[in-house]
Amino acid sequence: MFTRAFAAALAATVVLPLGAAQATDLEVTHWWTSGGEAAAVAELAKAFDATGNKWIDGAIAGAGSTARPIMISRITGGDPMAATQFNHGRQAQELVEAGLMRDLTAVAEEGNWKEVIKPSSLLDSCTLDGKIYCVPVNIHSWQWLWLSNAAFEQAGVPVPKDWNEFVAAAPKLREAGIQPLALGGQAWQAGGLFDTLVLSLGGKEVYQSVYVDKDADVAAGPEMAKVFEAAAQARDMAAGSNVQDWNQATNMVITGKAGGQVMGDWAQGEFQIAGQVAGEDYSCLPGLGVSPYITTGGDAFYFPILDDEEKSKAQDVLAQSMLDPATQVAFNLKKGSLPVRGDVDLAAANDCMKKGLEIVAQGNALTSTDQLLSADSQKQKEDLLTEFFASTSMSPEAAQERLADIISSAD
Amino acid sequence: MTGHAPAKRPNQLFRNLNSKIASIPMILIAVGIFFGGSIWTIIYSFTNSKLLPRMSFVGLDQYERLWSTSRWIISIQNLAIYGILSLIFSLLIGFMLAALMDQKIRFESAFRTIFLYPFALSFIVTGLVWQWILNPEFGVQGIVRSLGWESFTFDPLYNPDIVIYGILIAGLWQGTGLVMCLMLAGLRGIDEDIWKASRVDGIPMWRTYLFIVIPMMRPVFITTLVIIASGIVKVYDLVVAQTSGGPGNASEVPAKYVYDYMFQAQNLGQGFAASTMMLLTVAIIIIPWAYLEFGGKKRG
Repeated sequence: MFTRAFAAALAATVVLPLGAAQATDLEVTHWWTSGGEAAAVAELAKAFDATGNKWIDGAIAGAGSTARPIMISRITGGDPMAATQFNHGRQAQELVEAGLMRDLTAVAEEGNWKEVIKPSSLLDSCTLDGKIYCVPVNIHSWQWLWLSNAAFEQAGVPVPKDWNEFVAAAPKLREAGIQPLALGGQAWQAGGLFDTLVLSLGGKEVYQSVYVDKDADVAAGPEMAKVFEAAAQARDMAAGSNVQDWNQATNMVITGKAGGQVMGDWAQGEFQIAGQVAGEDYSCLPGLGVSPYITTGGDAFYFPILDDEEKSKAQDVLAQSMLDPATQVAFNLKKGSLPVRGDVDLAAANDCMKKGLEIVAQGNALTSTDQLLSADSQKQKEDLLTEFFASTSMSPEAAQERLADIISSAD
Repeated sequence: MTGHAPAKRPNQLFRNLNSKIASIPMILIAVGIFFGGSIWTIIYSFTNSKLLPRMSFVGLDQYERLWSTSRWIISIQNLAIYGILSLIFSLLIGFMLAALMDQKIRFESAFRTIFLYPFALSFIVTGLVWQWILNPEFGVQGIVRSLGWESFTFDPLYNPDIVIYGILIAGLWQGTGLVMCLMLAGLRGIDEDIWKASRVDGIPMWRTYLFIVIPMMRPVFITTLVIIASGIVKVYDLVVAQTSGGPGNASEVPAKYVYDYMFQAQNLGQGFAASTMMLLTVAIIIIPWAYLEFGGKKRG
């Protein structure tokens, strides 16, 4: 899969110069390959093609962890694409520092990005030394608990209103032969679940001091001990999931084999494809129903510096078209994410998305860990948590001690 | 070149000049890419390089962090278990199969093809196949349960304590065929007269194998050992395809640690330190062996 994607990416670059006749062709790499994601990307491509240029799709199959190394090696290896997806935050920071990315400040000023992009932290993480280097295109948040109404009906308990009720209902679910909590085996899922518990159960202050201030004392303190207790409960509830991918875990919730899943709002796309209706077939609880805070990460596009004048101009056009209000609505409705502009109309959004928009409108949106921690620290944290969630013997205290260690040396 | 020595010996440098010229590109590649690349990696493992390599030395920091990381320790332990067991079992099973094939059986070539067939598959395919076979819902466990043994449990890939054996099974299935072929070639190289002589002396067959044939097959064993060992150290794709290191990080291996930290965690320094440790491990095994094998007195 890896080599094939790589070959496809290579082939795309070979095709590129041949096709460049009148309209400027720009190759855009990303890792949006599932059904809903591909439909969303097509909206971006359509908007760009409408400007008289041509979008050359360079999709790389596999998750971001597969795609990013390919993208980075192409940029550092002197074969840059015209635009590429990264998550908001620090994944591309060194590439920007090394002067490999195009400065978009002029385009940003023209489009008045500073005013229209909400929350402003999204643009802040695109900014280095006062210059803007990327275009945020959507907001994704992690803090969602997705529940299967059918599963709870079968177990004879009401659908929980928050995490604590969910934990209390877990034994009943087990009795009815239903997996209480679905959790895929990939490391990032354990990491995301844990960060969600930190913010939703530990609270905003704890989240801020651990991940923003990197305060190891708080990470080792009693507040976090409670979060680790909850994580140990979640571990018991998730035991026996036996799936790898997040969408397989979501599918367990859709089919009523599992009671619930903690997953980002992208899970919503899966419920939509399955034809389920929010409130009737499934329930969503932002902030796990406990505290109304969500973190806002998401995707952004970066534009590597190219030698070709024409292409550089087309890059600016592409950047503009991605933030166009109509494109933003069309793209985000398909993607299941929230638009980055505060001034667009999302009447077509469903109940869950509206809940999310409300929280963002109240200003209860925090910066995601992707933006706060380096890829290195994130990886160390994921390694610890995936070990914790798969282990039967690791105590919450031991895990907390190691997390405090990671936080003390985090950057 | 027999007989009396020539009055003036030709310069050693120009002997076999053609072959020496022909091997220059390979020498350059070996020295430049393998050797040079290794030195570069070792030097940069003492820096705090992140996404891009940079010359900012931090001493042994990367190594200290490496050896205090539980994932690395688990990786090393897994490699040791996988390595030792796969060495023993692939030699044992491979030789047994070869010895059985050597009994002048019918349809030998058909059996040989069957046993060697898994080797034609890549580790990725092998890993996926065994992931499905060992999947508790669809694989062996599911089939046995559907036959009536409801409490039968066999899910190595989902049990952190035994997951490495699940990978070992797939590794052996893929690799023993090749070992068998190498061994069979070795057995066929044994002179028929040796067998006749031992039969005349009334030595039982198993003793002939153990005390006469195996010692005579020493070169074949050495070759096989090197092939198996190099496969063990670099095991990566099998784990990625079968478990992605899971559950948790119970089936991580060093090569995966190197890749993940270099490219996913964007920490080249840490990845280089880990790969230098791998190189060191190989060197510790190879150098004494090479010294014993090639150094000292030459064998006849």
